[in-house]
Amino acid sequence: MNSIDQTTEEILKLAADHFKVSREQLSPGDDFFKKLGINSLQALDLLTRLEQHFRIELPDYELQGVTDFRTLAERIQSRL
Amino acid sequence: MKSFRGKTLSWTTTDGTIELALHREPCNEIGSATLVELEIFAAALETLEKHAQSVIICSTRAEGFCAGADLRELYHSSQALPPEMRLPEVRGFLERIHRVMNTLDAAPFTTIAAVHGVVFGGGFELALVCDLIVADKMARFCFPELRLGLIPGFGGIPRLKRDLGNAVVRDLLLTGRSINAAKAQSVGLVSQLAAEGDALRVARATAAQANKFDRDTAVSAKRFLKTIPRDELRQEIDIFCELFTRPAVEEGLRKFVESTDALPYLP
Repeated sequence: MNSIDQTTEEILKLAADHFKVSREQLSPGDDFFKKLGINSLQALDLLTRLEQHFRIELPDYELQGVTDFRTLAERIQSRL
Repeated sequence: MKSFRGKTLSWTTTDGTIELALHREPCNEIGSATLVELEIFAAALETLEKHAQSVIICSTRAEGFCAGADLRELYHSSQALPPEMRLPEVRGFLERIHRVMNTLDAAPFTTIAAVHGVVFGGGFELALVCDLIVADKMARFCFPELRLGLIPGFGGIPRLKRDLGNAVVRDLLLTGRSINAAKAQSVGLVSQLAAEGDALRVARATAAQANKFDRDTAVSAKRFLKTIPRDELRQEIDIFCELFTRPAVEEGLRKFVESTDALPYLP
């Protein structure tokens, strides 16, 4: 199983690739809405990509109030 | 009318297949303008039978297939009316959309929803009237109505119950969560998954296959397999109208309308 650091890193890479930003610009504590410049619709797209990448199901209500990559990684980690 | 170009949707007929494309900004919200054009389409189906055997419903909007009912229009049009007129207005809209949905549901064509992105609320209900759902792997399905203090009003619960196990229906309704296309396929909602951007191509191939069959046989099979749950659909309208009069719904709609986010009912 991934460590939380590995999971966070995979999320950062996936977000950087998909939203065309440099991986170096992203940090675990960043607010992904602000840093990626995305709205809730694009966040939903990110959720689908993360579900596919990690082969998990992550209900969107578990992401209520989650805005940073590290907490997102924790939510994913609990489903791995 | 083999083709039509409207403000919210258009259709063309090619090689025995009608393609109905939704194209209203931002994400094909179903309000009075879409309803009028869906009624035009439903009325044209009898004539279209001579030219086509299958129907594909798709969206040209990048955001998705359809984000559901036009809640902004619902709120503003409701607020513009005296309180005693609001419920009859909503009931009238629901009766009309149910007539269209029932016509599409029973239409003597093989009907295919080619969906991508957001397939929410009324958009999900529109997909559910189709015989088959072909989904882009990035599609997401959701009934968020309970977040507003409502239930789906365009026939969603009876049609989901027709197609899926009751436990899945309860999960979707009572949590209001969205599920991805792979999950939707695993529970039996989606017939085929398509690669990103490929749902329409897969739907066209599926329609071409369906068009090879004898029409009368296909229609007989469809009638045998796919009954319309009319009593439950009537009940759904009654329950929706009962809930709609509650102050919590007005407050939920007001919050939704005032939000500037793309999809305010999402976390």
